[in-house]
Amino acid sequence: MNSLDFTFAGAGLVALFSGGLFWPDQNVLIVSDLHLGKAARMLPVGGAQLPPYEARETLVRLAGDIESTGARHVICLGDSFDAPGLDVELPEADRLHIAALQAGRDWSWIEGNHDPGPVALGGKHLAELQIGPLVLRHIAQPGARGEVSGHYHPKARIVARGRSLTRPCFLLDDARLILPAYGTFTGGLRSDSAVLCELMAADAQAILTGPMPARIPMPRGDATSPLRRTAVR
Amino acid sequence: MTTLPAPLQTWFDARGWQMHPHQAEMMARAAEPSLLLIAPTGGGKTLAGFLPTLAELAHDPRPGLHTLYVSPLKALAADIKRNLRTPVEEAGLAIRIEDRTGDTSATRKKRQRADPPHILLTTPESLALLVSYEDAGRTFAGLQRVVVDEIHALAESKRGDQLMLALARLQSLAPGLRRVGLSATVDDPAAIAKLLARNPDPCPILQADPGPDPDIRMLRTEAAPPWSGGGAAHAIPAVLEQVRRHKTTLIFHNTRAQAEIFFRNLWLANEDNLPIGIHHGSLDRVQREKVEAAMVAGALRAVVCTGSLDLGIDWGDVDLVIQVGAPKNVKRLVQRIGRANHRYNAPSKALLVPANRFEVVECLAALEAVRAHDLDGDPRGPGPRDVLCQHILIAACSGPFEADALFREMTTAGAFADLSREGFDACLEYCATGGYALRAYDQWQRLVQRPDGRWQLRDPRSALRIRQNIGTIQDSDLLKVRLHRSRGGKPLGEIEEAFAASLTPGDTFLIGGEVVRYEGLREMTVEVTRNATRKPKIAVFGGSKFSTSTQLSQRILRMFQQNDWPELPDHTADWLHLQREVSRLPQPDRLLIESFPHDGRAQLVVYGFSGRNAQQTLGLLLTKRMEEMGLAPMGFVATDYATLIWGLDAVTDVAPLFDLGALEAGLDSWLAGNAVMKRTFRASATIAGLIERNLPGQRKSGRQATMSSDILYDTLLKYDPDHLLMQVTREEAMRGLVDFARIRELCQRVGDRIDHVRLDRITPLAAPLFLEHGRVPVRGSADERLLKEELSQLMRSSGLDQLPE
Repeated sequence: MNSLDFTFAGAGLVALFSGGLFWPDQNVLIVSDLHLGKAARMLPVGGAQLPPYEARETLVRLAGDIESTGARHVICLGDSFDAPGLDVELPEADRLHIAALQAGRDWSWIEGNHDPGPVALGGKHLAELQIGPLVLRHIAQPGARGEVSGHYHPKARIVARGRSLTRPCFLLDDARLILPAYGTFTGGLRSDSAVLCELMAADAQAILTGPMPARIPMPRGDATSPLRRTAVR
Repeated sequence: MTTLPAPLQTWFDARGWQMHPHQAEMMARAAEPSLLLIAPTGGGKTLAGFLPTLAELAHDPRPGLHTLYVSPLKALAADIKRNLRTPVEEAGLAIRIEDRTGDTSATRKKRQRADPPHILLTTPESLALLVSYEDAGRTFAGLQRVVVDEIHALAESKRGDQLMLALARLQSLAPGLRRVGLSATVDDPAAIAKLLARNPDPCPILQADPGPDPDIRMLRTEAAPPWSGGGAAHAIPAVLEQVRRHKTTLIFHNTRAQAEIFFRNLWLANEDNLPIGIHHGSLDRVQREKVEAAMVAGALRAVVCTGSLDLGIDWGDVDLVIQVGAPKNVKRLVQRIGRANHRYNAPSKALLVPANRFEVVECLAALEAVRAHDLDGDPRGPGPRDVLCQHILIAACSGPFEADALFREMTTAGAFADLSREGFDACLEYCATGGYALRAYDQWQRLVQRPDGRWQLRDPRSALRIRQNIGTIQDSDLLKVRLHRSRGGKPLGEIEEAFAASLTPGDTFLIGGEVVRYEGLREMTVEVTRNATRKPKIAVFGGSKFSTSTQLSQRILRMFQQNDWPELPDHTADWLHLQREVSRLPQPDRLLIESFPHDGRAQLVVYGFSGRNAQQTLGLLLTKRMEEMGLAPMGFVATDYATLIWGLDAVTDVAPLFDLGALEAGLDSWLAGNAVMKRTFRASATIAGLIERNLPGQRKSGRQATMSSDILYDTLLKYDPDHLLMQVTREEAMRGLVDFARIRELCQRVGDRIDHVRLDRITPLAAPLFLEHGRVPVRGSADERLLKEELSQLMRSSGLDQLPE
C-alpha cells in the first residue's frame, strides 16, 4: 500500500498518501478538513458559481481509503463542511454517497471552526474524542500531549535542484500530530510559516503525501515573509 | 457640412492653418452611420475625428452627451482633453469636455452620470462600467457620435470585442448614434471596418495620404552588442550623443525591466545632466503624470518608455524615435516611428538599436520590410465567448433584460455577427446557473427569470462583484511599492508578486530609475527605502512581450542563407560565421536541432522559426513525447525562432520525436493537462466572472488565485469536460497559443530533412534562449526523480533513514 508506518504516543499509525490517517489496532480511519460544499461558499452573497464537483471528488477518495483499509470507524476531524447548513444543502448524490459510506461502520464528526454545530447526516457529533493514548480534536491546544488535530492544512515546500515542489503533509513531534487537509478545494499553510514553526517542536518531522513515501525534518526556512503563507481557506 | 463654423475657422486662420484633405472629407461625410479613417501618425487624425462634433456643437450647444471618445490608454484620454480644450476655449465655444478613466475620482464619476459633459473621453473598461449602471439609458440618451481612437490597437485584443459589445448597447440606447474609427496604417483595413460598423451595415473607409517614407536606420555603436540579453548597455554613449543632437527623443523598449535598466545606465553616463525621464505602465500614476506634463512643457530632452507611449499622445516636438531591442513586428515599428515628427508630410526619423547579436539580424530584416511596405498581421477569429458572458452579466447589472433582445443586440457587434442562438443560450445559462452538468445549489442562481420572462440578478450584491470584475486585461499579480512609512510612504509603482516573493529584507531593485532597498511587506504593499549604494537586483516585472511576426521570421531565415552579410556589422556577421563553423545555420527547407549539456541539464534546441505560439506548442508536444520515451524532460521555453527543452537525459535520436502522427495524436490529451491550457483557462474564467479579481473585504493574493483556478480546471476536466468555459478555453488556446497548423506545415515542409547536431557545449545561436522569460515547467517523472534524490539526501543527513519503520 502507498503509505508510511510510524509510531506516535505509543500508537502504531499509518500515514496514507491521500492525506488520511489509519490506526490499525483500533481499525479507525481519521481524515481532516474535508470542506465539503466549498463550491457553494460565495453563492449566498451573489458570488460566482464554482463547479459543484469538489464534494464528489473528496468522497471518491475517501471511499477508496475506507475500502483499502477496511476501517470500521471513520472520524472526520472538523471543518468537514465549509459552512454551517451545507450538510443539508449538498447535492443529493453527495449526501447519498456519504450515507452509503456510513453504512455498516461507526462515524464521528468532530466539530471544527467552519462547522461548529451538529450534522444532519447521521453519525456522532463530538467536540473532541479520546481513544486510548490519543486525543482527537480540530485545533491544536497549547500543552497538549498525544494530540491529533487538523485545521492548519499544512504543506511542505522542498527545493530540489532549483525547482520548488509543494506537497500537503503531516506534521509530527513528540506531543502532537497535525493532519493535512483531505478536501479537494483546500489551500494550504506552509510548514515554514511562523504559526507552524512556533507550534511544532524544534525536532518536528513532516510526512509528505503524494505518490512517494517520505518522512523528513519539517522544512522551516525563512518564516518572516508573509508571502510565504497562503491563508487557510 | 464641409465648412467649419465661423469661430473655428477664425481660430484656424489665426494660425495660418488649413484643414488637411482628409479632415475636410471627414466633415463632408459626418452623416455616415459609420466611417473608418486610416491616416499616418501626425496627420491630425484625432482632430479629424472631432471636427464634426465641434461643428455640430458650435451650431447647437444644448446640454447632454454629444460625443463619446474611446481610446485604449488612460493617458491618451487625458492628453486629448488638453489638446481639444485649446481650440475650444480659444475659439470661445461653450463645449464641456471631460475624461473618465480608472483614475477619475468617485465624486466626479457620479456627477458625470447625472450631468454628462458634451464630450466624454474614456477607455473601453470605463465605458463597460458606465453601461452597467441602472441609469445608463439616461446618461447616453441623445448621444450622437462615438469616436474610437487607435482602433487598430483595440482590434487586436479582447478589449476591442468588449468595446464593440458596449457600442451595441449604446446603439440600443441611442439609435441615431454614428460611429467613427481612427486607425494607423494597417495591413487589413476592411477587417477593422467590419468590427467598427453596426452589423450588417457597411463601413466606408477613408484613406488619408500616407505621407513620405520614414528616415530609418540602425544606430552604429562603438562597442559591439553582447551575445545575449536586452540591456543594450553598449549603446548608451551613442544614444546619449543622439539625444544631445536632437530636440526631443523617445527611446522605446519592449519590456519595462529593460526600460528600467537602460534608464539607469543612461543616467549614470549622463554627464551633461540632460533632462531625461522614464515612463511605463508599472510606475505610479503621479510619477507618470509628472513625466507627461514635463514632456508637454518641452522640459525633457528624452523619455525612456515602453508600449505605454505607443499610441497617439501628441508630444509635439519629438524629432527622433529610438527603438531599443528588435521591433518584432513591422506594423508596430511603423506606428512607433510615426511618434517622431508630428508635422504632416514630413518624414519621421528613427534609429534601431539591437540589444544583442540576434537582434541585429532581426533589425535588419525589419528595416528591409519597412522599406518594402510589407506590413504583417494575423486575422482574428470570431468574438470570444468569455467576453460575451461578461457582457451578459453587465447587461443584468443595468436592469432586467429579455434574452431575445439581448441576443439581437449582441449580434450587431461585428465580431459576434455569426454567433448562433445556441451559443448565446449556453452563455446565458452559464451566467445564470454556472452551466454545470450537475445541477446543485439552484436556490442561489446568479440570474433568475422573472414571471414576465425577463432575466435579472438574484441578489443585488452581485452587481458590485460583477462591476469589480469588468475588463479583459489580465494583470499579472502586482503589488504596490511604497517608500517606508517612516520615509513618508510615497507610492513608487508596482512589481510582480512572484518577484516580491523572491526578495528578502536588504535586497535592492530598480524602480522608476532609482535603486530601492526591500524592507518588508505590509498589507500587500512592498515597503522600500532609497538606497543608492548597491548594485540592484533587477525587477522582472513584465510589460508587453511582443512576438516576432511570421513575415519577419521568414525574412531572417532567408537572410541566413547568404554566404556573407556585408550589410550587417562585422560583429554580427562574425557571430553567424561562428555559428556556421561550430554548428550550422537554420535553413528554410530543413529543420536544425542542436543538443548539448549546460547548467547540469541536457539541452535540446529546435530551430523551427514558426513563431512563438507554434514553437510553444512544439515544446508541449515534444516534451510529451520525451516523457513517454523516458527522457525526463523538465521544462521548455519558446521564442519566435526556437524551442529550448531541458531535462535530465540527453536525446540521442530525434527522428522518433518528430513523428507527426504521434505528435498530433497526443495533442488533445496532453493539452488538457498542461500549464498553457491552465493559464488560458484562468484568463477566460476571470473574464467570464467565475474567478473574481478582487473580492470586497477579502484580500486574496494572486498566488492563491493561481492555485484555485488550476484546481477548478482539473475538476472540470474530470467531471464536466464539455462545460462552456472548457469549450472557450479550447477555442482560445487553438486560436492563440496552439497554432498546430504551423507545426504540421513545418513537419511537412522539412520531411525527414532533420539535422541533429550534437555538441559538448552551448552554441552561439542558442545562447540567447537561456535568458528568455516564460519558462514552462513540465511536471512528470523528472519531478519524482528529483524529489527522490533530494529526500534520500535529507533522510541521510538527518539520520531518519536509520529509523526503524
